[in-house]
Formats: sequence, structure tokens, C-alpha cells
Amino acid sequence: MSQLGRLFGFTDKTQNPERSRMIPHTVKSYEAELEVLDKKIAQMGGLAEHNLAQAFEALQKRDPRLADMVIAADSAIDALEKDIEQQVILMIARRQPMASDLRHVVAALRITSDLERIGDLAKNIAKRANAIADEAHPKPVITGLGHMVEMSLKQLKMVLDAYAERDAARALEVWRNDLQIDAMYNSLFRELLTYMMENPRNIGISTHLLFGAKNLERVGDHTTNIAETIHYLVTGQTVTEKRPKSDETSTTLHQQDE
Amino acid sequence: MDMSTIEQAKAMMTPHIGSAPQADIKVTARDVNVYYGEKQALKDVSVDIPARSVTAFIGPSGCGKSTFLRCINRMNDTIPICRVTGKIEIDGQDIYDPVLDVVQLRARVGMVFQKPNPFPKSIYENVAYGPRIHGLATSKAELDEIVMSSLEKAGLLKEVKDRLDDTGTGLSGGQQQRLCIARAIAVSPEVILMDEPCSALDPIATARVEELIDELKANFTIIIVTHSMQQAARVSQRTAFFHLGNLVEVGSTSEIFTSPRDQRTQDYITGRFG
Repeated sequence: MSQLGRLFGFTDKTQNPERSRMIPHTVKSYEAELEVLDKKIAQMGGLAEHNLAQAFEALQKRDPRLADMVIAADSAIDALEKDIEQQVILMIARRQPMASDLRHVVAALRITSDLERIGDLAKNIAKRANAIADEAHPKPVITGLGHMVEMSLKQLKMVLDAYAERDAARALEVWRNDLQIDAMYNSLFRELLTYMMENPRNIGISTHLLFGAKNLERVGDHTTNIAETIHYLVTGQTVTEKRPKSDETSTTLHQQDE
Repeated sequence: MDMSTIEQAKAMMTPHIGSAPQADIKVTARDVNVYYGEKQALKDVSVDIPARSVTAFIGPSGCGKSTFLRCINRMNDTIPICRVTGKIEIDGQDIYDPVLDVVQLRARVGMVFQKPNPFPKSIYENVAYGPRIHGLATSKAELDEIVMSSLEKAGLLKEVKDRLDDTGTGLSGGQQQRLCIARAIAVSPEVILMDEPCSALDPIATARVEELIDELKANFTIIIVTHSMQQAARVSQRTAFFHLGNLVEVGSTSEIFTSPRDQRTQDYITGRFG
């Protein structure tokens, strides 16, 4: 599904083989509520994707106006989270969902909270974009950050598609791919360390960029959370495999071998 | 966090879903078929029912769940056109063995019905009837003891102890149902069959009966047929889903209501079919 499609809440029913194969509920309004839930999550996911892309663009282009727009747009994501949460609570109270429906509403709640966090992280990048707008940007780091954003967006898109299509295999693929984001983060971390050691005056901007990279690494983690939730939603089983990890920065102090 | 805190936290964790049935099996059914004349009501039902736990039978009307329940104390014998094949054992003893005394069987396997059906006699007599005909008490004092403890176990004693001579039919619906449960447990059965025991009760009375079922499972093997999915989810440890005379799926209740394996179970419990 396109980002734009998600943003405006278009849902293509043929995209969801699981739900179209399923016999509809005897109670039609119940069926409709579940569809609305997916529509809202798609919309929320679209907004999160959009804000993350725009936040980086604002940083890269030193565009405070765009950054402010991203910061303001986050409230729409927060509002959707509240709305979905409210709907799920009502559905639990009124419908007492069972089996796949129960997993559906629980998954909706969890995915929503991950998307809301992704929105916050995008907003934080936008704030940092404003803070460093007047500084000289270290080009290679910005390029590296750009790759990380690209990868994060690709992962986010894939996980939202996996949700819409109830595709557990695709969700697992996202889950395994996170390794690459971690690797990118490691390399940016080292690069920024070097940059800071070269000249203490670089520390200010480097710290902002480092937090920016950390935010993207966290976006990746929330995306894998969503992937795990989808796996449970579709199969009824939690992911038992151990996720490969390559974020070594929490145990790194100096750049090695120099 | 010290070790004991970690141990405490572990103890509070929900046991992993899908755990295997307890090793202690009370009722075993193998290839049970039931025919009402030409019509086959149950097809090759095989299931193990663990002791001292609650097993719920669910499924749409006419799926065979009540028919199967009634096989376990041979209530179907009272229907002339009904024919049962296959094997049902309680503690390894074949209950369809021709030499077996059906009256004795029904003392071991008690039953509670959908509509409370107390005898039109006093509360005391309702409970004393079973022990008396089975000769379980040798003196009046002993019989009193059985009646009191049964009413106590059924959670009814406090409400009726000052009016044991009043007629049982004068009680409220919920109280009548608990009286019927007291009557069932008065003969110290091993298995209690319940056929939609709460469908005629209000929510408070239902909660009382469910609480009672929860307590009784420490000493009895309980099998309950219910149309309320929520009730099955609340009271049982294992759930069996019947459809068109087939036992489609049986498993731990936590598994059946979160991740059933069969599509038909899934469709039924989520409210998607017929």
C-alpha cells in the first residue's frame, strides 16, 4: 500500500487475504468496527512514515518551517492513538472478542503504541533539525543518517504492509532486517566519536546528530516490536527465535584501533 | 532484586498456554457414535477428560455436545430409539458393560440440568433423597450431617439453614440451582455433569454458581455444557468444541480462546457462523 494511500485511510480489501478469506461476523457492526480499526492503524502508520521522512528532510535542508510542521503534525498521531485505544477498550467491553478477534484488538493496541513512539522520535529529530539549522553539517554523517532514514522507512513500510496483509513471513523478514539498522547506527556512532575527538567545537552538533541516529535506531526497534505483534496476530504464537543484535554502542567507549 | 523476589515474580507468571492435560484421566471415550433412529448425532468421538478439573463442551445447537454429555451417565438409555456404540470408561471401567448397575453409575456421575428441577418437597428432603435411596447414612444424625455439608459445599447453607423444612420450589432460581447441585453432591459422586446450568439464571446467581464450580473442582471432575463462550472461558481448564456431531477440537481453554487450531472453532467462537 502506498504511503499516501495509508495517509488518507484507503484500504484495499483485496490486500488482506486473511480477512477476505474469513467468513464475516454474524453481527455486521462488529465486522465494521474491526475494519475501522485497521483503517485507523493504516492511517496512523502513514502519518508516522510521512513525519519521519519530513523530519529528516527538514534536517538535511535546514528548513525550520518544515521542522515546525512536523512538530505540529505529531499531535494528529497522538490523537489517533487515543482514538484507537478508546475504540479497543469499548470493543473489549461490548464484544468480548475471542481468538483471532482478541489477538486483533490486542495487536491494534500494541501497534498503536509503537507507532505513537515512532511519531515522537520523528518529532524529536525535527526539534534537533531546528537546533542545528545554523551549524555547518558534517556531510558524510548526514549522508549516513540519510541511509538510516531510508532503511527505517523501508522497514516501516514493509511492516505496515505485513499488517495490512496479515503476512507473518514478511513480518519476520522485517524483524531480521533490523540488524542492518543497528550496523548503520554503530558505524555512525564511531564516525561521530572521531568527529568529536578531532575538535571539541564539533561536540554540540555531533551530540544532536548522535541522538538523531539513536532515534532512528529506536524507530527500528519499535518496527521490530510491530513485526513481533503481527507474528502473534497471524499465527497465535510469539516469536521464540532470538533476534540477532549488533548494537555494540552501549559497550563502546573509545574508537578502537587508533 | 534479590533471588527471592525473582522467584516470587516467576511464581506469579501465567503458566504457559497449551499445557498438556493432567496425567490423571477420569473419563475416557473412544470412537463413540450415537444414533437417534436413522440419524447419527455423534461421530467417532474420542476424548480424555482429566480428573478434578472443569471441562467445557461448546458448539452450536444440535452439534451433539449434550448428547455426548448424556452418554457419560447413560441418560440416553431412557430414549428408546437411541443407540450408542464405542467405549466410555470411568477410571478404566467400561460404563456400557451390561453387568454394570446403571443406578450405581448415576450415583457416581451426578447431573445438573438447565432448568433447576428441585423435587416438590422440603429443602432438607431434596438433599436427603439421594443418600437415603443409596443407603449412605445409617442414622438420622449421619443423614443430617450429609445434608448440611452438601448445602454448605453448594454455598447455600447460610441462606437456608433456618428454613430447611420450607419447600425447595419456593427458593429463587439461583438458589434452586444451587439446591440441585447440593442434591447432586450429596451422594458423593466422582463426576458432575452440568447441562447449561446457568442459562436460566441472572448474572449474580450465575456468578455464584461459577464460583461454586471453581470450588468443587478440587474434589470433583466437572463437565459443563454451555452456550456462553465467556462462561466456558471463565470456568473451565479444558474446552472441547463440537460441530455437526464431530468433536472438532479439544485443548486447554487458554489455547482454544486465544489461538484455536481449527478454522471451524475459530469461526464459531468469534461469532462468525450459523
